[in-house]
Amino acid sequence: MIEIQNVRKSFGPLEVLKGIDLTVQRGEVLTVIGGSGSGKSTLLTCINGLEPIHSGKILVDGTEVHAKSTNLNKLRQKIGIVFQQWNAFPHLTVLENVTLSPRKVLGMGKAEAEVIAEKQLKHVGLGDKLSTYPSRLSGGQQQRMAIARALAMSPDYMLFDEVTSALDPQLVGEVLETLKMLAEEGMTMICVTHEMTFARDVSDRVAYFHQGIMAEIGAPDQLFGDPQHPETRRFLASVR
Amino acid sequence: MFEYTFQWNQALARLPKILEGAVVTMEVALLSMLLGIAFAILLTLLRLSGSRPLHAIATTWIEIARNTPALFQIYMAHFGIASFGIHLSPFASLLIGITFNNAGYLAENFRGALKAIPDTQTRAGRSLGMSQLQAFRYIIVPQMLRISFLPMTNQMVWAVLMTSLGVTVGMNSDLYGVTQDLNALTFRTFELFAIAGVIFYVITKAITLSARLVATRLFRY
Repeated sequence: MIEIQNVRKSFGPLEVLKGIDLTVQRGEVLTVIGGSGSGKSTLLTCINGLEPIHSGKILVDGTEVHAKSTNLNKLRQKIGIVFQQWNAFPHLTVLENVTLSPRKVLGMGKAEAEVIAEKQLKHVGLGDKLSTYPSRLSGGQQQRMAIARALAMSPDYMLFDEVTSALDPQLVGEVLETLKMLAEEGMTMICVTHEMTFARDVSDRVAYFHQGIMAEIGAPDQLFGDPQHPETRRFLASVR
Repeated sequence: MFEYTFQWNQALARLPKILEGAVVTMEVALLSMLLGIAFAILLTLLRLSGSRPLHAIATTWIEIARNTPALFQIYMAHFGIASFGIHLSPFASLLIGITFNNAGYLAENFRGALKAIPDTQTRAGRSLGMSQLQAFRYIIVPQMLRISFLPMTNQMVWAVLMTSLGVTVGMNSDLYGVTQDLNALTFRTFELFAIAGVIFYVITKAITLSARLVATRLFRY
């Protein structure tokens, strides 16, 4: 369970999160929508401790992410994150990209790590690209590799930060299909996205962020069909 | 037109001695390179340390290494510090001088290489549970090596050529020093130095060619 309690965060004088309260249950798929600068991506990087927060608390399975005593390297093993820019490691093959962390962080042997990596890469449709270098892959393939790389750590939670925003339109579908598949398998996911159809089809709940505040949260049918907050209505009208 | 008669036999008879000098030259170059890389890494870290005095020390080193003649640097490492009562052997002074020069240039290369690797690479490593050190070691360093590999090869070539400056501080066991001594004995100036020149060429060419081979083997992406 991820519990976000009254979280505030600023970049300099700019407050990007103005007191967020949100709980995500195991097995839940939450999508976060909202305009740029609404704080939705920042929230994800706070959840796995890549960014500090200024007040409030984030608890992952009861562990306070920003407590000094928390071993972030340990905690991050159960929270996978995939970014808008897929950040492939260019000097490693697809297989090595995926085995690196299981080997170095979890201390797995090469053979064991490769079995897991191959399984994850097949899962995202890259079973035939194992010895290819990332520079030979399309953006969509690299993004799917990044997803497999995160999954190889067997995380309990997956965070997706606008993972299709930097892709050519014809490559968006293959990545969304991968996310859909994960959701159906019961992965706990928080997806920040601009893909409204995806949000509607896949989510258990959808949250709308506006200028650092979670303006509204609800089931997809409710939020898209009958938005309560005037900002949500305005936003949805503008993206339709 | 000119009265010089070539006597290659006399010069070639000294080839074993000259080759011994070539071995010393390669030793000095290799040592200065290994030490130079170590100090360059240190200088790069000092510059990243965020401490003003440490940054200033590193910058001073790099600025002097890159903007004064190598001859000056070797001279200072011998006669310069001798003024303060520190007397080093020609070998030590030459090694220190070239190492100083190597470290300065390499530190600048490393800095450029680091700048070329986006921060998001470290971020990606950290988000997979790696420590800062692991991300640096497994993600940043290999990419840095690739970017600075060719400049490092160039510096290695420079190191070989710079050993010839050792004669100015009394070095007489390296390729250039040996040749100079033989010249004083035999006066076969053109022949002896021509042979030395060819050996310098062969050494540096061998370095660049083998580096290229290593690079294709090492950096397949």
